[in-house]
Amino acid sequence: MTVAAEAPGAAGATAGPGGLRARRRKEAGLAYLLLVPALVLFAVFSFYPFLRNFKLMLYETPPVPGLPAHYVGLHQIWPTLSSTQFTQSLITTIVFMIMVVPLSLLLGLALAVAAHRKLKGMAIYRAIFSSTVVSSVAVASVVFGTLLNPVVGLLPWLGINPSPPALESTTWALPSVALITIWQFLGLSFIIMSAGLQSVPDELLEAARIDGAGAWTRFWRMTVPLLSPTIFFALVVSTIYAIQAFGAVDILIGPQDAVRLHTNVLIYNIVNTLQIENNPGAAAIMATALFLIMLGLTVIQMRFLERRVNYAR
Amino acid sequence: MAQVGFDGVTKRFGDTTAVDDLTLSVLDGELLVLLGSSGCGKTTALRMVAGLEEVTEGTVTIGERVVNDVDPKDRDVAMVFQSYALYPHLTVAKNIEFPLRQRGVDKDERKTKVKQAADTLGLGALLDRKPAQLSGGQRQRVALARAIVREPLVFLMDEPLSNLDAALRVQTRADIVELQSRLATTTLYVTHDQVEAMTMGHRIAVMSEGRLQQVAAPEALYAKPANAFVAHFLGSPGMNLLEGMLVQSGPSEGEDASPRGVLCVAFPGASVPLPPEVGDPLRGAGPEVVLGLRPENLRLDPGGAIAASVIIVELLGAETHVICQTENGTRLIVRQAAGAPKPALGETVHVAVDGGPAAYHLFDATTGERLGGGAA
Repeated sequence: MTVAAEAPGAAGATAGPGGLRARRRKEAGLAYLLLVPALVLFAVFSFYPFLRNFKLMLYETPPVPGLPAHYVGLHQIWPTLSSTQFTQSLITTIVFMIMVVPLSLLLGLALAVAAHRKLKGMAIYRAIFSSTVVSSVAVASVVFGTLLNPVVGLLPWLGINPSPPALESTTWALPSVALITIWQFLGLSFIIMSAGLQSVPDELLEAARIDGAGAWTRFWRMTVPLLSPTIFFALVVSTIYAIQAFGAVDILIGPQDAVRLHTNVLIYNIVNTLQIENNPGAAAIMATALFLIMLGLTVIQMRFLERRVNYAR
Repeated sequence: MAQVGFDGVTKRFGDTTAVDDLTLSVLDGELLVLLGSSGCGKTTALRMVAGLEEVTEGTVTIGERVVNDVDPKDRDVAMVFQSYALYPHLTVAKNIEFPLRQRGVDKDERKTKVKQAADTLGLGALLDRKPAQLSGGQRQRVALARAIVREPLVFLMDEPLSNLDAALRVQTRADIVELQSRLATTTLYVTHDQVEAMTMGHRIAVMSEGRLQQVAAPEALYAKPANAFVAHFLGSPGMNLLEGMLVQSGPSEGEDASPRGVLCVAFPGASVPLPPEVGDPLRGAGPEVVLGLRPENLRLDPGGAIAASVIIVELLGAETHVICQTENGTRLIVRQAAGAPKPALGETVHVAVDGGPAAYHLFDATTGERLGGGAA
């Protein structure tokens, strides 16, 4: 095969195998050269912090400011991971994921199906539906914070006046943050689902229609199975997105003691541990645990869900 | 079984008229081929029968029922798509079973019918496979099995062979004809391939630019095309069309004098006399006409009436096509048997007409319609 593949190569014919090798080396050199800018950025902002994190895990910083961190090896890992602060934070994150992931996927799919019709003016709706992608978490949090405001917000205008206000309630604070996260992810979910819908051939749905399938059957028995690779991709992305939620918690809830335990998602907890408690070692351990959790979830999704995904076309 | 009828059917997409005032009926048990080039409206017409396109004007009937507003699932038609449209996530068995399931057929009956359909099309060993694991020909057969399994009133086939390679196409063509004749199900078959149309259709309806040009049995359509478009479209290569003037010639004095003379079609560099059977009904017509001559009715003959120079010689094995150009730039294709002497490129040859009166086809130069009557 190699011979057949290389035979037409003019360089091989004229310069011999040595010439071909030299040319390949040159091409590889150029490829690495072109990769340098990206590699430098990744090295500085991703690889180095990632490796540095492992080192931080091995050092303990004394609670008194000014004293140097000292090496403790693996000794602070278990106490950190078994602390109530961490386990409570992990549970909050899981609850938050359960609130965010299914709803953002379902709403994204529903909007994509609605916008998939060939109707006049649909492009405007598509732009509106996908616009949440470009809004920053700060802007979204301020807007939703205002909507949920107990004096000037949407709820009092609708005649609903929860007491305490939603963002100060131990029951409603986390769902409120989840609502903002869902809203923010909805644009991406809509775009992913829309792209998936475009790839479902019209002829298949027409064939099913002639074969006697109604709209509901066509959706569940044709569109959804054919869309399963897309839904699976959106599931993985939205899970990672939900686990990484931070901005909305920080801006809307902040360090209020009343609801903090109920909204203390992992990333927020890590940042607090580092900045307020000045404990880089514990923060690094939790960050590594978060990385392993995300990796584990993705692997589980890949191994168990991917089997049910239909890639055949 | 049922008859399918188009009555004054028009379909418009915005300002574009895809099908224009189509009136046509497919008889009970007949295989009617809708033939035409890309964009002529044939697939749109088929899709209107399936219910996948709304009818702008006119009525479509299946049996006695007007189906303009009937949902596709309630029309009792089965369609085979160009891309086969097999459900990729379902096995062959489930694909074939799908229409039965949607109609609430019970499990045992479904099983029996799927087996029957699969056996009919030789798919027994492939029932557990997914479409992606099948060859093009096998996918085609699954699509056919899915169509026949629920014994619909009408089969609709939209270029079902166009994705197959040439050898498989010939085989599958014969299979479809055999299947259709055994089931005697009314079939509307769309294709742009005139060989498919000629070999498969009980009748052929030729369409161009949304309009029906002619409907007839294949032989009649070939022998007596209704207009210049049909004449040129059917046949491989199509009919030669030579624009000329209808003139009277021949001796007007002496022993052979005839008060009427002989009618000829004259064009620069040549004048082709018409046999009396062809010429006599044309007196008073024209004078501008188009003379149609099929390549197989022409031969190279030094005494031939048409002078032309050879520009291409195509060797096809069993026959040779000599492509020449007349003095006024019109191309003329002469079909020769393989052993006939091959002219040199650039050589000036003379072309004679063979085949008696039936070899001459005359069309009005303005309307393109056949002159002298006798269109099939």
